[in-house]
Order: sequence, then structure tokens, then C-alpha cells
Amino acid sequence: MTATIQAEGIVKTYGQLRALDGLDLSVPEGTVLGLLGPNGAGKTTAVRILTTLLRPDSGSLTVKGIDVLKHPDDVRRIIGLSGQYAAVDEYLTGYENLEMIGRLYHMSKRQARERANELLERFTLTDAASRPVKTYSGGMRRRLDLAGALVAAPPVIFMDEPTTGLDPRSRLGMWDVITERVREGTTLLLTTQYLEEADQLADNIIVIDHGRAIAEGTPDELKRKVGGERLELTLRGEAEVATAAAIMRGVGTGEPTVDSETHQVHVPVTRGAPALIAAIRELDAAGIEPVDIAVHRPTLDDVFMRLTGHSTEDKTTEEQK
Amino acid sequence: MTAATFSPRVSPIAGLRHSMTLAWRTLVQIKHNPAELIDFSIQPIMFLVLFTYVFGGAISGNTGDYLTFALPGIIVQNALFATLNTGMGLSTDLQKGVFDRLRSLPIARFAPLAGRIVSDIVKQSWALALLLGLGVVLGFRIGTDVPSAISGYLLVLVCSLGFSWLAVLVGMLAANPEKVQIFGFVVMFPLTFTSNAFVPTATMPGWLQAWAKVNPVTILADAVRGLWVTGGGSGPALQSLLWAAALTAVFAPLAVRAFKRRT
Repeated sequence: MTATIQAEGIVKTYGQLRALDGLDLSVPEGTVLGLLGPNGAGKTTAVRILTTLLRPDSGSLTVKGIDVLKHPDDVRRIIGLSGQYAAVDEYLTGYENLEMIGRLYHMSKRQARERANELLERFTLTDAASRPVKTYSGGMRRRLDLAGALVAAPPVIFMDEPTTGLDPRSRLGMWDVITERVREGTTLLLTTQYLEEADQLADNIIVIDHGRAIAEGTPDELKRKVGGERLELTLRGEAEVATAAAIMRGVGTGEPTVDSETHQVHVPVTRGAPALIAAIRELDAAGIEPVDIAVHRPTLDDVFMRLTGHSTEDKTTEEQK
Repeated sequence: MTAATFSPRVSPIAGLRHSMTLAWRTLVQIKHNPAELIDFSIQPIMFLVLFTYVFGGAISGNTGDYLTFALPGIIVQNALFATLNTGMGLSTDLQKGVFDRLRSLPIARFAPLAGRIVSDIVKQSWALALLLGLGVVLGFRIGTDVPSAISGYLLVLVCSLGFSWLAVLVGMLAANPEKVQIFGFVVMFPLTFTSNAFVPTATMPGWLQAWAKVNPVTILADAVRGLWVTGGGSGPALQSLLWAAALTAVFAPLAVRAFKRRT
């Protein structure tokens, strides 16, 4: 069985820079793959290659069994792309943008109109339908852009950083919309810089750096590998550290680390919230009043520190187009 | 790019349809962006009125004679400047990622480019008709016959299409639309002004006269004058067509190559 999206050994170089350096990926039907990495890791390049916009130097790739390099037109019929920069026409209205795409798919005027209205409704853009897109907020543009990718109801969707630059509320809105698509059986590949987003949306995650996969697995596997959530406790003084460490050992899943200089105790936990409550109860019972206690969720930076030993900010190469 | 990216899976008729849809898109934009209307309507009108009433008397003795001389030149100048819009529009689409969206759709590869060119020809026809109409209101008279008048009109359109390939190339090579505009100031301004579009060349220094004589803007302006006012004009008209053909032969392949590379 070939996966819906299958790529092997993709290489793409720009002069000296190896934007993609032998990337493999595979997305089974009806699942979501999260391509996780910092700026310049090669995420956009991978999406552009998979969506026929760019040819790799070498490698083989298929979408639903169709060779992307040999039959790009056939691939374009079954994919939808929602890009990093909300590629909507600023001077058309939301409705006109969608109608245009419908017409490009050879829909009749009536079909294009119905489909546009249906999508506007579903993405809560009906009120703004007849306004030029330049008056839209960032979140509205992204929603319209995604709607544009769905006009022909493609079975495979690619989304390049769907929530980068959005405020938290719009981000949650996008997550809802994406989750809904997935429930309908769409196969989805999305790129993101946020571990939290990949965790929330993806069935499988590939972490990429310098154009190659450095880790791969389900969100849980990945979190186990990089260490999932941890409890971070800061105490008033040295005296309480030993007692607190014992309590933390009790609620955590591993040995607590103690920093006697800053009076901090860290411990890995499986589920942050219950561990936090348990820790607070026991600390209270022991008469310890912490300066600070919090659940720390791993970020992309933590993943990178763990996997590569360098943080994402070390990078100097910018994502090339 | 290899042939595979441009495989002819999409039929030419479907491609034409895609181009028309995308041309429609560019024309609908005008509705929501009145600034563009000003670009290709008010600007030519300003040029025509200002040149006629400010310079007309000084150059030709009276505004009526000047209008007869200058209207064809102003129309040619405006048509060449308008080709820059093609380049700027393409550059904007590239920058905003609109091309990525379009190219991920199962449409003909040439449609985004063809659609832009078609819509810009429509805009050109409009600006041309507007200038000619206003010219007539101000006292310009077609001194020849209807076929010649129509030929002059079509000649300007064909030649501006030739020039628009240069604009497409610039639009593809420029990093952003502003750079296209700079190209306009650096190349199009001198090109149109070092001709007989606005003034007779007699008072120019010798070296400039020599250039003005062979400047394609002069040749096209003379062709339009011949076809609309003085009669004749088939010589310069033929030369203009050769210019348009040469520009197309040189710049169309380069522009299409740059287009394929950028998109």
C-alpha cells in the first residue's frame, strides 16, 4: 500500500545551500502529517515541491499514486494548497476570489456561485463576502485562503504555516477549521514552527532541520523523546529544597533536577495539570510556600536543543523560495 | 524547467478559458481600486490637457495646431507607459503569492500571463478611446477616412503589445513592483521624450535629432499622424510593425523564460 503522499530522497539545492537534503515522508490516507521546523529548515521548499510549484534536483514523489514530476497537471486536480502568505487577491472581494477559483475549475457560473457562498458560510465570512479582501484581518485572509484551497473539495491538502502571524484567537479558529477538514477524511500535510500546533493537529510529526528529517513519530513518541511537560518549582530558600525535591519525585515520572543556586526544582511529568495540583497540595501540607510553580510545555526550541544540541535561533540561513 | 512542468495536459481551449477568467479578475479589480482608474484615465487626460494648453501655443503658435500634432504623440506615450502596468501587476502577483495559488490549480501554465496581457489590452483600448474622444472634444479632427482611423488605433494596440513584453520581462526580473516603476522613470520617460511625440525635433541638438529620428516612439507617432491626420503613413506604420515584431521576437522568449523560472 502506497501512502497518499509519498516522497523519497528529495534533494533541492540553491547554489551552496542544500534546502532539502534527502527528505523522505509518507502520509497515509486520511491522516495529518506535521512538518515541524524553524525558519529555513526547508518546510516551504518541501511543500512547493509536493504541490508541483518547484522541481527537485532529485527524488521521487507521488500523490495518490500519481507521479508528481511526470504528471503535475493530474496532481493539481486533486490537491489544494494554502500558502504561507494568504495568496488572495486584495482587490477582489472574498466572494469574487472564490468565484474566480471555481471558474478556473470549469464550474458553471451557478456552481461557482453556490460553492463560493457555501465556503464563505462555513468559514464565517458571509458578512464580509462583498468587501474587498484588503479590508480583511489576518485571520480572515487565512480563512479565505484556506477556503480557496477547498473550492474543488480536493482529497489532499497542503498547508504552509497556516497560523504563523495570527493572534491566539484566530489561531484557535484556524485549528477548528483544520480539525473539521480532517474529520471529513481529508489527507493533510501542514508545516508549522509550533510544537503545540503539530501536537494538536497532526497524527505524525517529522522534525526537519537543514533540509533533512531529524526525528519522526507520533506527537506522544516525540514528546517522550524530547521530554514532555515538566513541572518547574522555585522556592524561597535552600532549606526547603530537599523536602520539595522528594515531593516532586512523587508526582513526576523521573528524577527531579535541582538547582541549589536559584532554589529551583524541575521534574518531568506525563500530564501537567494533575501533577501541578498534586504538587501544590503536598507542598501546602508540608508548609512550603513556593515563589513560583508552573507547568512548562516543550517548545520547538526544546525539541531542537534535545535533538540537535543547538537552538533554533542559531540558524543563519533563511528559508529560500 | 523541463517539459514535464509544462505538459500539455490542459487543452488550448481550456487554457483560453482560464486566461479569460484571469483577465476578468484583473478588470474586476478596477471596481474596488479606483486608484487604478485614475492611473489609466485621469493621468492621460491631465497630460493631454496640460500639454495642449501650457506648451501648445509656445510650440505651435496656437493650441489647435499643437493638438493636431501632439495628440498622436501623447497617445503613443500613454500607451507605452501603460505597458508598465502589465509588469507591475505581474510583479505584485508574484510578491503576494497569488501566482503560487494559481499555479497549484489545474490550469494552463500560460493563463496567468495571458490573462494579464488580455486585460491590459482592454485597458489600453479604453485609454486610447478616451484620449481620442477628449481630443475630438478639444478640437482634434480625423483628416483621413474610417479605415485609416481604425488602422491607426489598432497599430497603437499592436505596438504596445510588443512593448509590453519588455514590461513583462522587467516585471519578472524586478524584486518588487516599485522597481518596475523605477524602470519606467529611467527608461520609458527618456524614450518617449527624446522623440517627436510632443515637439518637432528641429530645435534639438544634432546628436539628439539623429536618435529621435530612429526612436520607435517617433516612428509610431508619425505613423498615427499619417493614418489620422495627414494621410499616408503606411511607411512608418510598416516600420512600427517591424519594431513591434522585433521587440516581441527578442523580449517575448526572454519574458516567458523568466516567467517560467519565477513561477
